[in-house]
Amino acid sequence: MNIGTQAVQIGLEWDTRTGAVSVPVYQTATFRHPGLGQSTGYDYSRSGNPTRQALEDGIARLDGAARGFAYSSGMAAIANLLLLFKSGDHIIVTEDLYGGTCRLFDKVFNQFGLSFSYVDTSDTAAVRAALQPSTKAVFVETLTNPLLKFADLPAISAICKENRLLLIADNTFLTPYLLRPLDQGADIAVYSATKYLAGHNDTVAGLVTVKAPALAERVYFHQNSVGATLGPQDSWLVIRGMKTLSVRLDRHQENAQKIATWLASHPRITKVYYPGLSEHPDHDLMKRNARGFGAMIAFEVDNHALVEQVLLKTGLISFAESLGGVESLITFPEVQTHADIPPELRARLGINNVLLRLSVGIEDAEDLIADLKQALEG
Amino acid sequence: MKLATKLIHGGPNIDQQTGALGVPIYQISTYRQTSVDHFSKYDYARGDNPTREALEDTIAVLEGGSRCLAFASGMAAISTTLMIFSPGDHLVVCDDVYGGAYRVLSTIFSRMGVNSTFVDATDLASIEAAIRPETKGIYLETPSNPLLKVTDLRGAAEIARSHGIITLVDNTFMTPYLQRPLELGCDIVLHSGTKFLNGHSDVICGFAVVRDAELGQRIRYVQNAFGTGLGPQDSFLTLRGIKTLKVRMDQSQKNTFRIVEWLKSHQRITALHYPGLPEHPGHTIHAAQADGPGAVFSFELDSFETTKRLLENSQLAAFAVSLGGVESIISYPARMSHASVPKEERERKGIKDTLVRLSVGLEDPEDLIADLQQAMG
Repeated sequence: MNIGTQAVQIGLEWDTRTGAVSVPVYQTATFRHPGLGQSTGYDYSRSGNPTRQALEDGIARLDGAARGFAYSSGMAAIANLLLLFKSGDHIIVTEDLYGGTCRLFDKVFNQFGLSFSYVDTSDTAAVRAALQPSTKAVFVETLTNPLLKFADLPAISAICKENRLLLIADNTFLTPYLLRPLDQGADIAVYSATKYLAGHNDTVAGLVTVKAPALAERVYFHQNSVGATLGPQDSWLVIRGMKTLSVRLDRHQENAQKIATWLASHPRITKVYYPGLSEHPDHDLMKRNARGFGAMIAFEVDNHALVEQVLLKTGLISFAESLGGVESLITFPEVQTHADIPPELRARLGINNVLLRLSVGIEDAEDLIADLKQALEG
Repeated sequence: MKLATKLIHGGPNIDQQTGALGVPIYQISTYRQTSVDHFSKYDYARGDNPTREALEDTIAVLEGGSRCLAFASGMAAISTTLMIFSPGDHLVVCDDVYGGAYRVLSTIFSRMGVNSTFVDATDLASIEAAIRPETKGIYLETPSNPLLKVTDLRGAAEIARSHGIITLVDNTFMTPYLQRPLELGCDIVLHSGTKFLNGHSDVICGFAVVRDAELGQRIRYVQNAFGTGLGPQDSFLTLRGIKTLKVRMDQSQKNTFRIVEWLKSHQRITALHYPGLPEHPGHTIHAAQADGPGAVFSFELDSFETTKRLLENSQLAAFAVSLGGVESIISYPARMSHASVPKEERERKGIKDTLVRLSVGLEDPEDLIADLQQAMG
């Protein structure tokens, strides 16, 4: 079944008593037991809540996973996964990484004895070179933030299988609609569902999908133990958002392609990063391995003064963090989303003081282009 | 301002922009910025959400702390707070700590190199004896769950201070209405806000409250980095629940006294644990540090058969996990809240197979008594 169809069906079969086509919001903390040693399957909402479960089952189905898990944020999801490891373990990580993930790795888990090597995971030789005897996992962003490099999951997965490493893929920028990481060799996929999955800039949520049942059991243990679970109202809003995942993403991508093409021809723009452009180095690979190029664009303007002008003069496009919502948002990665990346690494990657990141919304593309034009040409 | 007033007006409950009596539910993930150099305090809702913040400020006022942080569950509050410790650090923990806290300490944190020694915290000397050079904190619950054992918080905080370490207290059973550990010298108060604070069995949430701003900043750092903060709808519902904390707690406590009085003389009851009873070993200490004994107690029955009958046949008191709601909840610690504690360990601590815990709600106490009577037979 098409991913878009599956997304629309989430929660539909739940309420057999009334036949309601939307899963009810179970705003409850606990559940009455029918008898001693008996359970309805629900005991306490941290351990399991029907609304959250509808979401968890839904994302598991979309990703072809044994189980899905919902958390109070994308960072809570990643933090929970890192509890699978122990002091002394080493993890290879995409260098071009969301700043919040980098902060969690370097400033929190590092302190507990986990170590991380940052490499260009679009280069499989670099992944291989970073292997150590204590390496236990590779963590990649399938499409990186903010520079839009695409990971060759089948190739990285081959290295992981050979060395018995877990492959964890942050698939936030693509969603299962465009790429199913577990089909391409990842063991775990993780999402900031705040972004395209919920899609309305109104919910903070994280999701995890796990391919193998035994590994899923371990993830569940930590989800329940640490308890950073997603509340029922937010779970319901994510489900509600996912019902329009396919139509939103179709439009997001169509707009992004038009805007990227327009930006590439603008005299004040010196560089455009968008994998949908044929000159993007990962364009062909992505065309083969994914169902689309997403709707995130990064671009450089010709001087730093123009950054402030664009951020403040755009009207339709809001200057705000986050991405993946129906509204277009523009950010300045160097001081916003990627402020926690060490400056040397930022410079090497190309996250500089003329780089802007645009999350293309589902407004009319011509209106968005007109907004960018007036902001750039002031 | 008296606490009953603080419950209604303690937090920022008036919306500045519209004057609305109540905090709007900011169902939002991000905020539009107006300057490249100075980002607004609000830039992303994992870090800051005005609805969550209103709740945090309200709890901080109630506990007499400088800062409160709200989390997705009580366990998220506890685990996020414990992340301030480092590998090699050691904690002294009360031995009948909540099973969920026991689980994270004995599996997840021990694996990360933060080890714990579990002691009978009713005895200050055994707390002191367990302190090692690398001990960084004392973690307590009083009255404890499910045996309602009482720890002298002033005494424990005194010991902690003399060793230059901090005291953490899970204040879930009491709420700030009945007990304010920060005023007694403790450093961090933890809550499952799911219980009496929210009080309606309809939200999962947790809190950490501190006196010291620097300590607050360290917890806040992990809250933002891990993203374990509470969502806006749940924050709103909890704020709404707190407005009736006093009236709920007063009635639940009154009901508890009445039920305990009745159970005391029941022929099927072999032991009763409630710090409101003068014969409870912690009665005097509890009275000196809290304004009431609360609305949770536990009791032991004459046989497993009676226990099973009671749990399965009670109609008004829902047989369920959790506590602190408007509905009475009867639960079975050996297989519910303390199922994560190994059996031998459980029995050593006195959590027998005939022990039942009752969280008393707002029903009429005579109805609850009639129900318990018919269920026990």
